[in-house]
Amino acid sequence: MSRNLNAAEPTEAWDAVVRFDDVSMRYGREPETLKDLTFSLPQGSFHFVTGPSGAGKTSLLKLIYLAAQPSKGLLHLFGQDVAKAPADVRPFLRRRIGVVFQEFRLLDHLSAFDNAAVPLRIAGQKPDTYRQDVAELLTWVGLKDRMHVLPPTLAGGEKQRLAIARAVVGRPDILLADEPTGNVDHEMGLRILRLFLELNRLGTTVLIATHDQDLVARSGMPVLHLEDGRLTHMGPFSPGGRS
Amino acid sequence: MSRRRGSGPLDVDRWRPAPFLPVRDTRDSALVFVVAVLCFLACLTALGVIASDRAARGWSQQLSGEMTVIVRPKANETPDSAAARTAETLAGVAGVAEARALEREKAEALITPWLGDAVDLADLPVPRLVAVVLDRDAPATAESLRRALQARGLDAVVDDHTTWLADIQRGAAIARWVGLGVFLLIASAAAAVVAFATRAGLAARREVVELLHLTGAEDVFIARLFQVRFAQMAAGAGLVGAGTAAALGAAMRLGGGGQGLTPVLPVAWSDLLAVLPCPLAAALVAAVAARMTAASLIRELS
Repeated sequence: MSRNLNAAEPTEAWDAVVRFDDVSMRYGREPETLKDLTFSLPQGSFHFVTGPSGAGKTSLLKLIYLAAQPSKGLLHLFGQDVAKAPADVRPFLRRRIGVVFQEFRLLDHLSAFDNAAVPLRIAGQKPDTYRQDVAELLTWVGLKDRMHVLPPTLAGGEKQRLAIARAVVGRPDILLADEPTGNVDHEMGLRILRLFLELNRLGTTVLIATHDQDLVARSGMPVLHLEDGRLTHMGPFSPGGRS
Repeated sequence: MSRRRGSGPLDVDRWRPAPFLPVRDTRDSALVFVVAVLCFLACLTALGVIASDRAARGWSQQLSGEMTVIVRPKANETPDSAAARTAETLAGVAGVAEARALEREKAEALITPWLGDAVDLADLPVPRLVAVVLDRDAPATAESLRRALQARGLDAVVDDHTTWLADIQRGAAIARWVGLGVFLLIASAAAAVVAFATRAGLAARREVVELLHLTGAEDVFIARLFQVRFAQMAAGAGLVGAGTAAALGAAMRLGGGGQGLTPVLPVAWSDLLAVLPCPLAAALVAAVAARMTAASLIRELS
């Protein structure tokens, strides 16, 4: 059964970069994937989204990065009701959100460097202004020698690191990651976690959907736990518990 | 082995951002081929329509610009002298550019198909013919020719081709409209296929649309990207199709001498200009189709 968990986040509404008010979501005429979600994410917060497969973790992220719309309820991003946001404003909301997609979504005809730079190019930055930053970031995620390689030649873990680099390159206000450590080894997983924590320290609100309980436990960050589309727990991670 | 865009660390091309849509994509080959073939067919049909229209006009002008006079010699004169006198008389009529008595052999040649080789034409009183070419600007009428012949006491019948002219003009009009109909059919089929192929090509790049959309690209930016890309591709394919059709038209013109491939389908050099709008039209259709498809894909994503 869902509960109103706003009380778990003692923040003012204006301070919440993401706010769900009784939000439900369904795909077409299917049964609701997400049911009556009410919570808010304060600016600069760090949460994991946990839950079994099919619980609605990816759908929750989709709502936030505006790839889907609530079938019920109000969703506020950066204090703006997304249902009322004009069409020409939505792209600018999306630019403030970095996403690590579960299936990476890399463009196969662009080099790793160009893939990582996509958000900056869309934001109108010139190559001269971002070249060094992108190169440094790719070096940091271990792709220094793979910058000019096309994605089809990258290994699964390399693709994942590239997808992460693309998501964080624009220093987004919100970072969403769907199973970001699913294809990397333990050491790289921790390295990626450190990157997310560092971004969070700089003010980015981070929300990570994961099955990796070890990663969640190591971070010590709170969780949003979903069961069958309902938010059943929001707060500290409890090993062996609902998370 | 890795595919690299540059060869060395100082290669500046490696750092030059690649376009969001690949310049060349193997998936486009079929689209380019289809557009080129349809543009070729549309251009070839256009050339055919123009040539057949010219031919039809030519037949009408030829028939209406000429008359034939059948001369019956009187008892006291030979057929040759009667024909010569007729030609001389008609040459002096206002509106006649030329009047020429046809030799007996030519008159016989005209009736041989009707009588066959078994008949000895020497035994028959074959009427002599006078071919009259009328002045193009102010042609004489059949009546004025008849009056002139009567005035000189000549026994002759003036055939102004009215019977044939109506049939020829009707046939020419039908040929013209049928040609135009076929051209419109092929042109609209070409436009539909270009639009369909563009939609298919764009749908195959759905992942690009999705990623750009979710990364914050504005709808107009994405639509323009695809619009320009597919318009360029269709223009290139249209150019190939139109160029090939023009080359074929030029070959027909060269191969057929002054009248083109055949007098039935005379191609003029100026006709080849008709293919010029084709690449532009193909680009326009592809651009509109790409924009509409991109907008529809984006709507699905929003």
